[in-house]
Amino acid sequence: MPVITYRQALNDTLGEELARDPNVLLMGEEIGVFQGSYRVTEGLLAEFGPKRVVDTPIAEEGFVGVAIGAAMLGLRPVVEIMTINFILVAIDQIVNHASKIHYMFGGQVSVPLVIRTPSGGTGQLAATHSQSFENWFAYCPGLKVVAPATPYDAKGLLRAAIRDDDPVIFIESLALYDTKGEVPEDDDYVVPIGIAEVKRQGTDVTVVSYSRMTAVALQVAQRMEQEGISVEVVDLRSLRPLDRPTIIESVKKTNRAVVIAEDWYSYGVTAEIAATIQEEAFDYLDAPVQRVAGLEVPLPYAKELSAASKPNANSLIYAIRQVLRGTKRLR
Amino acid sequence: MAEVAETAQPLLERATADELKHYYYQMLLLRRFEERAGEMYVKAKIGGYCHLNLGEEATIVGLMAALTPDDYIFTNYREHGYIIARGVPPGPVMAELFGKETGVSGGRGGSMHLFDRKTNFMGGYAIVGGQVPLAVGAAYALRYQGKPGVVIAQMGDGTTNIGAFYESLNLAKLWKCPVLFFIVNNGYGMGTSVEAGSSEPDLWKKGASFRVYGERVDGTDVLAVRDVVRRLRARAEAEGEPAIIDAVSFRFRGHSVIDSDRYRDPESVRRGRELYDPIRKFATLLLDHNIVDEAWLKGVAERVEREVQEAIDFANNSPDPKFEDLYKYMYATPVPNTPTAEDAIRAVKINHGEF
Ligand SMILES: Cc1ncc(C[n+]2csc(CCOP(=O)(O)OP(=O)(O)O)c2C)c(N)n1
Ligand SMILES: [Mg+2]
Repeated sequence: MPVITYRQALNDTLGEELARDPNVLLMGEEIGVFQGSYRVTEGLLAEFGPKRVVDTPIAEEGFVGVAIGAAMLGLRPVVEIMTINFILVAIDQIVNHASKIHYMFGGQVSVPLVIRTPSGGTGQLAATHSQSFENWFAYCPGLKVVAPATPYDAKGLLRAAIRDDDPVIFIESLALYDTKGEVPEDDDYVVPIGIAEVKRQGTDVTVVSYSRMTAVALQVAQRMEQEGISVEVVDLRSLRPLDRPTIIESVKKTNRAVVIAEDWYSYGVTAEIAATIQEEAFDYLDAPVQRVAGLEVPLPYAKELSAASKPNANSLIYAIRQVLRGTKRLR
Repeated sequence: MAEVAETAQPLLERATADELKHYYYQMLLLRRFEERAGEMYVKAKIGGYCHLNLGEEATIVGLMAALTPDDYIFTNYREHGYIIARGVPPGPVMAELFGKETGVSGGRGGSMHLFDRKTNFMGGYAIVGGQVPLAVGAAYALRYQGKPGVVIAQMGDGTTNIGAFYESLNLAKLWKCPVLFFIVNNGYGMGTSVEAGSSEPDLWKKGASFRVYGERVDGTDVLAVRDVVRRLRARAEAEGEPAIIDAVSFRFRGHSVIDSDRYRDPESVRRGRELYDPIRKFATLLLDHNIVDEAWLKGVAERVEREVQEAIDFANNSPDPKFEDLYKYMYATPVPNTPTAEDAIRAVKINHGEF
């Protein structure tokens, strides 16, 4: 199977979907002439022209609203928001309109819209450019929220999102764009929205993660195997709907759980998962669920402070050790 | 770049020789500061996003020359030059870019988030348009408290396409806020030209439906900028009359240090840097009018070189912020049940694998 980057998987999928369906169009800042702030849309303007690949002014509230309205008439806009930080300018249109239109109007009209955006932080991007807000959207009924961790899932979920008749928030990650993985050619597979995947089988502890933190979890799982600790990694892939059965099934098997996400600790994604586990698998737990998340500060710019404020492999290893304390695995 | 008139003789006569020399020095200081900041980025002394003011020196120095100590300034993230021209020494500015405790924001903000309370430099903001309503709010407060001064809402050309700008124009006019909407029109917002992003590319006209007066100025002419800011500033202060200034210049490099600028024709960029270099233009003016000679220019260049090097040395030799201070600035009013210095140290240890 060919090995390609996460970025390439997205780029290929956008191109294929543009070719497949004339109602699909791309919209966003710097996606055409500039070829994408993070080069996800590279080459697409040249291939499909300005009718299908639309450069917008810096007007997120406006063009997201335009995309919603256009979707109501049957277009299938795929909007890029440069990073999730800037989506706040458009959040009213997404939460008050896109998420509600199908339900509130009795199912008469749908909003087949995708909003792609990278979330999280790398490299000292500082307080306003490093945030994770997927939980804000996952909180909102009527939206679907997906966050692939691998090129394979990126492709399959983007296809599913574009072909879906509801608004989908598609979460990417700057730190994942250059990561590589196998993606089949000439295979029109989709990854279903709302279904998690056990990315690695294990018996001692379940780590629940998504997006970049799944990559971290898989590395950690490999490292811990050398110490004789068997880590199962559940990659959520979708945050809404949340695949509770897959999480619970895994925890019932391992009896221990660590949840990791890059967003802030309080009221974050990890809280939802931990609550779910204690509700549905309390009797199976041998230790309290551990949570690993971002420290609760506006991310400082200074290099060391910045790095220390985001969860990493060390913080996950620590949490895994905590949850295993007192077992034969860990004295 | 849009056509604008040459510096008029009266403008030159209205400035003293000392002022003219000072403007030249300031512009060159900004130029070298930014060029060296670009180098420091490549050396990984600076991280994150870093946007330079190269080509905008006259816009910045002309603006600051017209302001008084009572005035307040809110800018976007391309603001190194503004805080220096406002009077903050280059050392603490470079230290902020290096993420040091001695930086103007204590190393917490970085290149895009500079701040200096003493000079009323009220911050660089990195969400496009975010600073504009804040500036109107500051002007509202001045008026409310009956204080002198005006507020500068600095922004880029691309920023005039975001909703916050229009709401701000309306509120400023409606509530008689002494604010100047100062548009640094460098022709591009990232890869989007003014014409590609704005249905009205004459940005100074964008206040029309709010009855906010606007004027275009050659942003590479330090005296022309000073003049227009002085005039509109006086009216804003006296009458609470907001205005738009559309200062046209040429962006010398890519959008940020890491932008390869591949959407602009390299030849036109080379020509633009030659034609619209505010410093070269000003040097010629000063020489032509026998205000300075070559030896003086050389002396300034040496001084500037030394000062920027000192700023880099200061930044290099400054301490990093301490881990225990991670939560130091969380709240102005202390409140229980929030993380402490001990929590910070414990969290950092775990993050570093020390457990
Ligand atoms: C709300 C928002 N959308 C997008 C961005 C990304 N972005 C940063 S700078 C910029 C271009 C701004 O151009 P302009 O206002 O002309 O200022 P310049 O960079 O030229 O000084 C964009 C799109 C952002 N920071 N905030
Ligand atoms: Mg610009």
